[in-house]
Parts: sequence; C-alpha cells; structure tokens
Amino acid sequence: MEVLKIATAGSVDDGKSTLIGRILYDTRSLTDDKLEAIERTSKQKGFDYLDFSLATDGLVAEREQGITIDVAHIYFSTAKKSYIIADTPGHVEYTRNMVTGASTSQAAIILVDARNGVIEQTYRHFFINNLLKVKDIIVAVNKMDLVDFAQDKFEAIKTEITALAERAGSTQNITFIPVSALQGDNVVDRSTKTPWYTGTTLLEHFEKLEAQDVYEESVARLPVQTVIRPKTDDFHDFRGYAGKLYGGSLAVGDEVTVLPSKTSSKIKDIYFFDKKYSVAERGTSINVTLENDINISRGDIIVKASELPQETKQLNAKVCWMDATNLVVGKKYFIQQGANVIAAKVASIDAVIATDFSGETPATELKINEIGKVSFKLAKTLFYDTYAVNKTTGSFVLIDPQTNNTSGAGFIQ
Amino acid sequence: MNDLRVNTLESEAIYILREVAAQFEKPVLLFSGGKDSITLVRLAQKAFWPAKIPFPFLHVDTGHNFPETIEFRDRLTKELGVELIVRNVQDNIDAGKVVEETGKYASRNMLQTETLLDAIEEFGFDACIGGARRDEEKARAKERIFSVRSDFGEWDEKNQRPELFDLLNGKIELGQNVRCFPISNWTELDVWSYIEREEIEIPSIYFAHKRKVFLRDGMIWSAEDDVVFRAEDEEVKEMMVRFRTVGDMSCTAAVLSDAVSISKVVEEIRDSSISERGARIDDKRSEAAMEKRKQQGYF
Repeated sequence: MEVLKIATAGSVDDGKSTLIGRILYDTRSLTDDKLEAIERTSKQKGFDYLDFSLATDGLVAEREQGITIDVAHIYFSTAKKSYIIADTPGHVEYTRNMVTGASTSQAAIILVDARNGVIEQTYRHFFINNLLKVKDIIVAVNKMDLVDFAQDKFEAIKTEITALAERAGSTQNITFIPVSALQGDNVVDRSTKTPWYTGTTLLEHFEKLEAQDVYEESVARLPVQTVIRPKTDDFHDFRGYAGKLYGGSLAVGDEVTVLPSKTSSKIKDIYFFDKKYSVAERGTSINVTLENDINISRGDIIVKASELPQETKQLNAKVCWMDATNLVVGKKYFIQQGANVIAAKVASIDAVIATDFSGETPATELKINEIGKVSFKLAKTLFYDTYAVNKTTGSFVLIDPQTNNTSGAGFIQ
Repeated sequence: MNDLRVNTLESEAIYILREVAAQFEKPVLLFSGGKDSITLVRLAQKAFWPAKIPFPFLHVDTGHNFPETIEFRDRLTKELGVELIVRNVQDNIDAGKVVEETGKYASRNMLQTETLLDAIEEFGFDACIGGARRDEEKARAKERIFSVRSDFGEWDEKNQRPELFDLLNGKIELGQNVRCFPISNWTELDVWSYIEREEIEIPSIYFAHKRKVFLRDGMIWSAEDDVVFRAEDEEVKEMMVRFRTVGDMSCTAAVLSDAVSISKVVEEIRDSSISERGARIDDKRSEAAMEKRKQQGYF
C-alpha cells in the first residue's frame, strides 16, 4: 500500500489538531479506548463538543495551554492508502518543529481561519513549504461555520494565496477547500452547507494524491554511512559500503566515482541483507562492493561517473535559522550533509528574505525563525547538488559546536 | 527488476541503525523479548550483514517477566552470538535504592528506569536503541528519532532538537545519551506484517493459549503465578487468551483471542477496535503517565 506523508501548517488556533482529530474520527481510525479518553476529558473540561485536539496534543504542557508545541506523528489508513500526518505547531516560537514535520512530507495542509484571512503565519508557512519544495499544498479554509459558510470569504483567501504563489514563482499544486474541522464539513464527508463548492473533500483529495517519497530525483547519490568488514572466514576480504540510495538507481557494472577522492571504480555487487540484486532503486538501504580496493570511509559519496555533482569550498545557501542564539559572521558551525560532516565558518550574511515574498533586506545577523542568504567558508571541499536536483546532497543542517544543537537548515540554490 | 522494492520502513530503520553504529562510540540495543525489540534485532541483522550486529543487548529484568520471554531471549542471543547484558531491578530493591510498590496495582514498571540509568552509567553507553513506536501512545508520538537525554536521563520534551529530512544529529556532551528509535514510524500492524513476511520467531505468549486468569476493571489478568496481586473475591477461570503487548506480568493484561498463528494475529489486529496500549495498565494511571515516565528516563 502507498504511504503518503502530510504535514499540517497554519497559525495557532487555526484548528490544526482539531482537523486531524476530525479526520481520525470520521474515518473511524480512533479506537474505542482512545475515543473514550477524549469523551471523558472533554466532559471534564466542560465542553459540549468532543475536543479532538486531545487525540494529538500528547504533552501535558500542550493540553494545559491548548496549543501544540511539538510535532506529533499520527497514523491512519483507508482502503486505498496509508497515511502519516505530521501535526505541527502554529506558534512562531515553535517554527523549528513545524519545519521538522514538513521536511519529510510529500504534501502540506495550510489552515487559514476564514474569519481572519491570510495572516503573517500563513505567509511564513507557505514560504517554508515553498522552500522545502513540498509538492502538494492544500489550503484548508477552516471555521467556515463561523462565517456562515460565506463563499466570498473563501474566494478572498483563494485570491490572496494565488497571488502569493505567483509572486513566489511556485510550481506546486495548490488546492483550496472550505472546511469546518469542528463540525466535519468537507473534511471526510461532503457538506450540504457549501453548495457553491464543487471540489473534493479533504480526504477525497488526499486519496487522489500520488504518493512518492520526497527523494524522487533522477541522479543517484549513495552517501556511505559505514564500511562493513566482517573479517570472518567466509567473508575474509569483504568490504561493503553501506548507505541509503537517494535518487535514481544503481546497477551492477555501473562506472562510479567516489567523492571526495574522485577515484573511479565499478559496482561489483549490490546487497540488500544477504541477497544480491542487479539493480538498486532509490530509497533502499543497500550495501555495495566495488571492483577494486579503494580507500572509502564514512561521509564519502558514491555517484555514477556520468552524473558528477558540483564542488565548492565557498558555499552559498538559503538558511532557515532555528536557534535562539543569532547567526553571525565569523561564527563556526558543523555542516552535516548526508553522512558527511565538515567545519564551516560564516563568511557573510547577504540578506534576510521576507516570508511574504516582498523582497530581501540587507542584514548582519539571522534571528530565530528568519530565513536568509548566507555564505560559508568550508574547511574541506563540499560535493553538492542544488536542492532542486537532489534534496539529500542539496540540503544540510548547521550544528553549533558549542551546544551540539541543530541550529539551522540550509538549502543550496 | 522490481524485487528490491522492499518496504520503505525497513530501509528507513536500517538507515537509522547504521547511523547509530557510525555516530556513537558505545551503543546498546535495549532488548525486552517483546515483538518490537525482536523486530529491531532482525533489522540490525540486515543492516550489518555479513558482519555481526556491532553492539550488545541490554535487558532490564524486573523479575516479573513472562518466563516464556526470558527463555526466548536467552535462546535468540545465543544463536546470534551477541553479548547479552542483564541488569536486575531486584538488585536495586535489595540495595534499598528503590522501594517496591504495594497494593492492588503494584508494578515494577516504574522501577526499571533507575536500573536502566545505572546500566547506562556503568557501561558508559552513549546511545540506547529502543523499539518504541510513535503510534503507541501520544507522548511517544512527539518524540524524535534521535532523542537526547541528560545525564539524569531526562527528556526535555519542550525543547527537542529540530530533525530535518534523514539528517540525524547525534552530537552530545559527555554524560548525555541519545535514545534512538529506528521503528518510530511503524504501526503495530506494520510490525506484525513484517514478522509474518520475514517469518520471525516470537515468544509463544503472543499466540492464543489456555491460561488461568481473573478479571478486574474489565481486563484479563494472568493468574498463573503470584506476581500479580489477586484479591480473594477475584475468581480464577481458564480462558483462551493471548498477549498483544508484552511488558511485565504485573502491568500487561491479556486479550481474548483464538489467533494461533501470525496470519490470524494480523487479521485480529486489523479488525481490533481497541488500541495496543489499551491493555497496558502502566498507561492507565493518568493521561500523562507515559510522558512523566519518559521525563525521568524511561523509554
């Protein structure tokens, strides 16, 4: 069965967790014991409706404040597909957790409160999903019940986001659906209150989406995670390079180049566990051997000789900053790209990018939740692709050597 | 050739296990003899073949485990030739470091944490691989794949590291450790389907069998031994049951079942209207039972 991963986005109180709870409820994915727990707690809190956010807000602090702090992963399936929903927080403060949820998703639901229309957080979340190149965007205009299911409210939001997408040069598929998560309109079942809307419900739309992993690119990149050397009698000279194949495919006999040494070889065998295969497809965790003995270690990348990536010691990237300590010129970080970690120094901060796509402004530092253009001086040569070509070799995280925290995410343009 | 189209989840788990082995100096696999840790073992075999699994197994034995599980544990580790470290909750009780719970719902589940943290310190483990899954429980649904713990084992749930794409940041300070969850994204049904596909052997208590039990709070408790407190008016009957999750005898209830094979178990779970942890008494203590245990260093 296909697996589709969808992340939610939208401002606080736009009803993300309620929407997920509603989907689970209407698809009968909540088991009796979980439903009973929701009924019990809703009653205790004095609500006259079922508080579906209780299904996903798993932390005490979240339930106390009625907000989502960190991403929750929710699983359900229909007869057609199996779904993973990353329910992400809406607060600006927790944008890092929203990015975490969105980075591995194939689709995103951006919720907009029909009463408030498009707000700053809508821009930010649209921007991040655009930066991540999430393929399908569903704008769910929520709380339609509170605006009497008025079509003009819905159309106004549609017009504004369509204009935003044009300004962004977005090539994503964007769909607009009027919903009420609380009452269940157009979530799983069609609403009778929106006769002017002829499109699909949210779930119907999910069912139509093509479920492909986010690493669908055509060039094969095999970052070596570890070298497997059993040194047993049966496998005395075995030297396997283990890693997950991102993009494309690799076949026995393919001419390959190993980076950074740029040595050439050929694929001898491809193993998945104890079985040999003639071809490996993207997304598989394989173990390959090469025709000749060359020195390869963790962090090296095996690529097809005909598909070499680019190389640089001066890296320019769009950076999404996620640390309370600002990014400043001269500070050192580790760049982790695949299994490769290299030291980097911030050479310059070239701009902060406005998340409503209105332009760029010069800056001397990047603050938490800002997105900017940054150049780095690297301790070693980095082999990379643009993010559009390969998400794995085209992205990285920045790790602060003083705190070990994951401080930022970079996208190579 | 399409036969390499293996499960996405399997490749993801293998990737994570390889990251653990490469990024940490002293990883350990937490092995309970339950279906999730048995699945982890198969994945670890696949990740490092033809080499042996490059880390030892640690079992925190409460002394209240099902005998079938312990027998299975010993046999499997012997077959694999991996080192098995066992640390006993009883030792901490004897030393007066922890106090055993009393009463009707007494369980050693909470006491495991202290023994686990002691073992981490004793061996200097910097990474503990566990079979926790996000679909099990809503606090677990919040956890990262690499989850950093302080030297007191604490989970700072409000301040987790961002985790983007497949990039796992295992950098830590001395004394901290990372809990690593390779099957985070698997559901209960995924685990069972995998056990079926791979023909993995599991302890017999997962299959329907006749057992002496008694009923309390609408749940079925084992009465085969004296680990679970039973009041005089709680009558013992024989029923056809199986265990859906295998923790301690004192905190794991059985379910009525006639599933005697894996395919029957898969069918049963597909049709079930109760969640897996519905039979875990340790989660029923309060809405935040799991989160509280995790903050203190539990898995």
